[in-house]
Amino acid sequence: MTMNADEKSESATDPQTGAGARRDFLLKAGSVCAGCALAGVPVAAGLRVVTHPVTGGGAAAVGGEAPFLPVTTLDSLPEDGSPAKFMIRADKSDAWSRFPNQVIGAAFLRRVGERGVQAFNVVCPHLGCAVEFREPNRDYFCPCHNSAFELESGTQEANSPSARGLDSLETQVDDSGNVLVQFQNFVMGIKEKRPV
Amino acid sequence: MKFLFDWLDHRTGYRRLLAEALNEPVPGGARWRYVWGSTLTFAIFVQFVTGIVLWSAYSPSSQTAWESVYYIEEEMTGGTWLRGIHHYMAQVMTVLLVLHLMQVVIDGAYKAPRELNFLFGMGLLGLIMALSLTGYLLPWDQKGYWATKVATNLIGVIPVVGESLQRIVVGGADYGHHTLTRFFALHAGVLPALTVLLIVGHVYLFRRHGLTAKQPLKKPEGGRFWPDQIWCDAVACLAVLASVLVLVAWHGGAPLTAPADAAERYPARPDWYFMFLFEFLKWFPGETLIWGGVIIPSLVFLGLCAMPAIASRPWGHRANLFFLATLLVGFAGLTVLAYWKDARDPEFQFAVEQANRASERVRELAHAPAGIAPVGAAELLRDDPYMQGPRLFASKCASCHTYDGHDGLGRPQKEPSAPDLKGIGTREWLAGLLDPAQIETPKYFFGTKFVEPNEQGKKSRMVEFVHDLSNLSPEGREQLDKIIAVVSAEAHLTSQARIDALLDEDDRAEGIDLFFSGIDGVSQACGDCHGFDGEESQAARTPDLTGWSSRQWLIDFTKNPEHERFYGSGNDRMPAFEEESLFTDREIELVVDWLREEWVRYEPPVEEK
Repeated sequence: MTMNADEKSESATDPQTGAGARRDFLLKAGSVCAGCALAGVPVAAGLRVVTHPVTGGGAAAVGGEAPFLPVTTLDSLPEDGSPAKFMIRADKSDAWSRFPNQVIGAAFLRRVGERGVQAFNVVCPHLGCAVEFREPNRDYFCPCHNSAFELESGTQEANSPSARGLDSLETQVDDSGNVLVQFQNFVMGIKEKRPV
Repeated sequence: MKFLFDWLDHRTGYRRLLAEALNEPVPGGARWRYVWGSTLTFAIFVQFVTGIVLWSAYSPSSQTAWESVYYIEEEMTGGTWLRGIHHYMAQVMTVLLVLHLMQVVIDGAYKAPRELNFLFGMGLLGLIMALSLTGYLLPWDQKGYWATKVATNLIGVIPVVGESLQRIVVGGADYGHHTLTRFFALHAGVLPALTVLLIVGHVYLFRRHGLTAKQPLKKPEGGRFWPDQIWCDAVACLAVLASVLVLVAWHGGAPLTAPADAAERYPARPDWYFMFLFEFLKWFPGETLIWGGVIIPSLVFLGLCAMPAIASRPWGHRANLFFLATLLVGFAGLTVLAYWKDARDPEFQFAVEQANRASERVRELAHAPAGIAPVGAAELLRDDPYMQGPRLFASKCASCHTYDGHDGLGRPQKEPSAPDLKGIGTREWLAGLLDPAQIETPKYFFGTKFVEPNEQGKKSRMVEFVHDLSNLSPEGREQLDKIIAVVSAEAHLTSQARIDALLDEDDRAEGIDLFFSGIDGVSQACGDCHGFDGEESQAARTPDLTGWSSRQWLIDFTKNPEHERFYGSGNDRMPAFEEESLFTDREIELVVDWLREEWVRYEPPVEEK
């Protein structure tokens, strides 16, 4: 039926002036444009909100130096240079919730020399599981895809799927022996160590 | 009645539609091998019904998702079955998808003019996998949380757009409320809507092209959809339903592990149908990860989509069959390999044990009268002696002490050099300490300085005293038991409350008297050195036993064993935990409460029949 109606309107075109064809084209073009606008507005309104994490607060929250957070005291670290795992606590925001003094991550801390402290984020730089210290092997090990990391340097051992070694964190030891750690998370799965 | 149907048919023309739908010819007769599409439609129907009801009880936020699922599972009437059916139907659907794909390819039903419908089918395959992946996260339990984290981290590996895309999917830089709201919108809104659209297109094109009859034809005259094929379909759907119900009953409902906690490690594994990918990823070290995680899976998917085009070649169909068979063998092989490796990995098994312990424990705590506070259920485990005690013990105490011979978490302790603390405060523990046969074993003073002989060849006074007890008369034995009962009662252990209550004033007075006057035939009395019942210790470097092994006594002792109330300068190697801030006060309480076995216990009341 509709086909017939179309044919009829085609045949109504004045072959001399083409006025009918132009009117037809303008109507069609106008309808298509109106349609795009009609569909586009709700879609655009939605997309703006959906992309909020890259355009709005989420992205703005990055940038600026991560603060040094007090974690423990130098005395609490084993003197033989074995690593110990410490939870990192700070205030944490999650969309509409603000949680005071939450565990935001964890780090392995280890004494180096008299007053030095080495810190590694426990997050495996491969795909984000948490590494554990293996006492018998004296190394760090990720149970997810079997990445292993050297104790001294955090470098990945042979046959480890991780693209880089464990992410070291900046540390400070103040005069009263408190250990502060600049806690950050880093982009996973790549060779380069880049803060999230 | 007939009038009503006539009227309806006049207004809608439903009879013609129905006849068209039901009288679809089935060339060559109805066959069991044609049932897969119908079983999938049935499975999707079940997912819609159960899913919408689950939706009506689910609350997506990081403090309510696990909690609402727990409530559905444990409290709501029929919740276990509802969630169980939704969970296991999703798994069975994955199997049906593969069977359907195999049937279509083996029968050549993807060849021209059915290419487009094959693509619709591949689209549906992708959608169902996306539904599985998004649904896995929604309970916000450890299992879903960590498995999904690996999946979204894979998105971040894609060059240029990866990081932004990951942020958009996750709803921010890290997992939180918006990860759940977004995954839920995808799982319950976007993906089901697309699935319906594609199913409509899929069925429409299927009807337009008709069935691809498997050669040779079973019956030359053919059959009809209704009732010939529908009978087969109905039986197959019943079989599917039965398998799902058996799975639900067998497992007692869908799994729900402990609430997601970013600070808790978990042996992340995907569900079984993604295990092959998990194993596959291990082959791609370093920056080649993108190949294993993104490029090759995409190429395989594209390769499947290209099968109709390849089939137009003379060798095409055989090549496709070979390709599909290779994929299936690879899938099965990698899956088996992944499970085989895990089964043989003691570290993984240990982590699984710990995770199971947490899952069971959090349910017990949630059931207990105190219930779940508005901050969420993850907090229940963080402040629980039963969960945190053994871990703190393993990390801070087990370098010297043992607990029932292990490190608190069940791992063997190699060189104990301090007493085993399981049951400390009980009469049994104390009787063991005062047993000449046990005092020098690893259960008590083995490896401590108390058993090391001095220059005169004498061991510590306590050890010498215990050896003096080796030849007690029956009366002496009885006296010792009375002392043990009175000293152990100082601990005020809940587990011993019943037998402690049997001690009356006279028993207590007699026990205290014996403590100070001594046992018949033994030269020294406890009270010659130790303080008790409010009397201070007579000898230096000797613990005061007033309140021995009570909660406060153990806390004070752990904070500073070098205090003069305890060992003073005679302390062996035990650190003063408070001074060295190795423990927070709360951590000491958690360990002490765990050692005293004082944690929240709850057993659901047994319903009387």
